[in-house]
Amino acid sequence: MAIDIAISISGVLMIAAAIGAVLTRSLLVSIILSGGVSLIASLVFLLMGAPDVAMTEAAIGSGLTTIVFLYAMARSKQTDDEDADERMEITSEGSGGAS
Amino acid sequence: MNILELLGRINPVAASGSVVVLVGLWGVLARPNLFKIAIAFSIMETGVNLVILSVGYIRGRTAPILDSAADAETAVRTMTDPVPQALVLTAIVIGLAVTALMLSYVVRLKTAGGCSSVEAHGDEKW
Amino acid sequence: MMRKVLVVLAVLGFALALLPLAYEAGVAGKPGDLASAYLDRSPKDFAAANVVTAIVVSYRGFDTLGEVAVLFAATAGVGALLTRKRMGPSATGGKRTESTEILRTAAGLLTGLLVMFGAYIFLHGHLTPGGGFQGGVVIATAVLLNLLAAPRSHLAHGAVTVVESLSGAVYVALGLLGIYLARGFLDPRALPIGKIGALASAGTIPLIYSVIGLKVGAELSAILDALKGDRE
Repeated sequence: MAIDIAISISGVLMIAAAIGAVLTRSLLVSIILSGGVSLIASLVFLLMGAPDVAMTEAAIGSGLTTIVFLYAMARSKQTDDEDADERMEITSEGSGGAS
Repeated sequence: MNILELLGRINPVAASGSVVVLVGLWGVLARPNLFKIAIAFSIMETGVNLVILSVGYIRGRTAPILDSAADAETAVRTMTDPVPQALVLTAIVIGLAVTALMLSYVVRLKTAGGCSSVEAHGDEKW
Repeated sequence: MMRKVLVVLAVLGFALALLPLAYEAGVAGKPGDLASAYLDRSPKDFAAANVVTAIVVSYRGFDTLGEVAVLFAATAGVGALLTRKRMGPSATGGKRTESTEILRTAAGLLTGLLVMFGAYIFLHGHLTPGGGFQGGVVIATAVLLNLLAAPRSHLAHGAVTVVESLSGAVYVALGLLGIYLARGFLDPRALPIGKIGALASAGTIPLIYSVIGLKVGAELSAILDALKGDRE
């Protein structure tokens, strides 16, 4: 029974983090909050008796996925604001094309 | 049917996992920024893994790892269901690979001069 | 306006689809027949203490083989999309900043520890929680730490490719060994089972999980390196 209550509280925290990640305007905050959702999910996996899955989710969800998002944002020169609708300028040598 | 019975029937893991899936789905459908869509997809994957694993949740039992040969006799009575855990294990790793592939598409699109809103690419549909 | 109504309808439809799992099905009282059979027979058949490892590697070994193939396809896709030839010259123009001294020192101290920890996790996959996927991710984290600490460097692409291909070949070879020496493909009884709880037990399960760990670690490192940029 106590574990059920702990899982429910963690579930509420997870939902709050997920809603925050979708609603916020800044992309960096959104990425960190999605890492937070994975971390709390890993805690829930541990509470329900699945330590293998908890290890995998903690390492992949809040470790590598956050890094992959940050690398992609840096590579495509995305600014932090979600609603900014900018384009990247094309370099003069062209971008390779579909040769 | 009093309120405690009602609450006792709800699977807490499946309930929170379902709400996370719904929040992720709403994020995918309602937000135009490409990165926001990718983040919402990642949240949806976490929710789906929670829902799949909730099938194997049994109250008051421990992890399916045996300590010695003596444990093997009582294993069926004291351990949670190991089959959904094996399925979710591979699903999590594949989720990361698919997220990386999605993001590499976004990077290619943006460096080829596209803009970061999905509305502007509407003419790419059939 | 129409679009918002459709979005709300889609979310409500999904909610109705997920409702039976959350409420009606409830919490199970005991494991099903298949799960009870796996829990019962795993120590007798394979002497593997970690039942989830026994299921992932041998009872459901084909699923793991398919998953490794999907991971390979996704890595190949990321690598093919982000080569330097297609993306033109590097967007930053080569003005990479240096990393701070804390990061460089910490990377030097932690790399050996992380690689050893990852190897420990996938070698003991049949005894403790853990296994190939977790150990592979820890090794990829060690590679990532070095990529962050030295921004001008990049991965030794040839070595990573050789490790990944050899691991995949050894995985299939160990599975074929099961056909000749035991009762089927990916049957771990090709090597002697041993006593439950010992390191050298459970037949070929530790070997299979180790090569899976190396393969997953190599593939995730290749994904990170492709996303980082400056690959030729």
